[in-house]
Amino acid sequence: MNIFETFFNIPVLIDSFPMLMRGLGITITLGALSIVLGLILGLIFALIRTYGPRSLRWFACGYIDIFRSIPILVLLVIIYYALPFVGIRLSAFAASVVTLSLVSSAYTAEIFRSGIEAIPKGQVEASLALGYRFFPALIDIILPQAIKIVIPPLTSNCINVVKDTALASVVAMPDLLKQATQAQALAANPSPLIGAAIIYLVILLPLVHLVSRLERYLNVSQKK
Amino acid sequence: MRPIIEIRNLKKNFGNFTALNNINLLMYEKEVVVIVGPSGSGKSTLIRCINFLEKPTEGEIFLEEYPIQDGPNLPEIRADIGMVFQNFNLFPHMTVLKNVAQPPIRVRQMGQSESEKRAKLLLEKVGLQDHIHKYPEQLSGGQQQRVAIARAMAMKPRVLLFDEPTSALDPEMVGEVLDVMQQLAVEGVSMMVVTHEMGFARRVADRVIFMEEGSIIEDNTPENFFDNPTNERIKEFQQAVLNH
Repeated sequence: MNIFETFFNIPVLIDSFPMLMRGLGITITLGALSIVLGLILGLIFALIRTYGPRSLRWFACGYIDIFRSIPILVLLVIIYYALPFVGIRLSAFAASVVTLSLVSSAYTAEIFRSGIEAIPKGQVEASLALGYRFFPALIDIILPQAIKIVIPPLTSNCINVVKDTALASVVAMPDLLKQATQAQALAANPSPLIGAAIIYLVILLPLVHLVSRLERYLNVSQKK
Repeated sequence: MRPIIEIRNLKKNFGNFTALNNINLLMYEKEVVVIVGPSGSGKSTLIRCINFLEKPTEGEIFLEEYPIQDGPNLPEIRADIGMVFQNFNLFPHMTVLKNVAQPPIRVRQMGQSESEKRAKLLLEKVGLQDHIHKYPEQLSGGQQQRVAIARAMAMKPRVLLFDEPTSALDPEMVGEVLDVMQQLAVEGVSMMVVTHEMGFARRVADRVIFMEEGSIIEDNTPENFFDNPTNERIKEFQQAVLNH
């Protein structure tokens, strides 16, 4: 067997293609859901950490630090295999979404916070002087500017979330990687794994490229 | 004349440093009060205490009969006190028109079309009717400051505060901003202005206040202040400002 028959076996790739596509669907669903939940939770924790009363700020700090420190795989295994012992039984899909969202929200919170803190003090003073209250100022003045600043790092984080969905295969989630390993077992040939790798690249390379373009466009990379 | 701003025994400390030391001041409706003095004398701190951007250490400030203090009503009181900053502080993500029209919509619950109509009138008044769809960064400093004045006026404030409004401007743009301010003064807008522009003080002020080391040293008419300065420090200051 030469290297092409081993790793780029076209008949095997064609046979495994439907499986890989099903896996891709799950990977994207898992990624998208975790990204959205992570963004919402992350924004809430960033606001608590920046503006909340002291006790809540502490809580937010602890949350952010813990979920940035713990390896995702460890968290996933705990949520899927350990929580049932205290009666919390999550499906593989739910456990994966919870894990990815928790970790993503911790990173997102730090990103949003850096964006909020990067806004010049004069902007807040101007809104206060005009009579703005907290939430209207947030909506009209703070968040539009903060979000513009953090679009590149947020996009980077989204890429990480999509990549990390591969860990869900550990809890038997039939995502792109799991489907590829099963196809590999069925065909006794590793080509489906190469196929999966190519699919990950096709999805994520444009996003990686987008991040650098956004960074250049928003001129953030030079300022920081 | 009715008092519009009353300051009683105002003190402000930053740590051990006394920025304002027992300030008492009464400003009347339609008055133009210009505050001058060397840097570090507390002029900006005083004006920032009036809309509570700085929290006074001691003393009381009133807008008409309403105390200016921390609490649920502070935003309403601030909305009645317009503020023009040294660095303009326009909102960079909003067009010129939106900078002026959005705050009344959000803070005063004004209808959008009404607010935009008023914003256009105000922008026309400051000579920027041709720039309403631009973003602040596309304007010169003088133009940005005129937008900031229009934005402050859009809230229909009872009094307008200026914190060194021309200090960040290139010299050739100072005049266009002072002209707008003079026009407002003529129309009877109550104004308190911290500035180094002595010509403006002499032309437009009803009263000139001289501050040094956190205290008001002199409170006089511009004629007396400029032509018959009694205080030695004021003479020195005027020499320094006029000869630079």
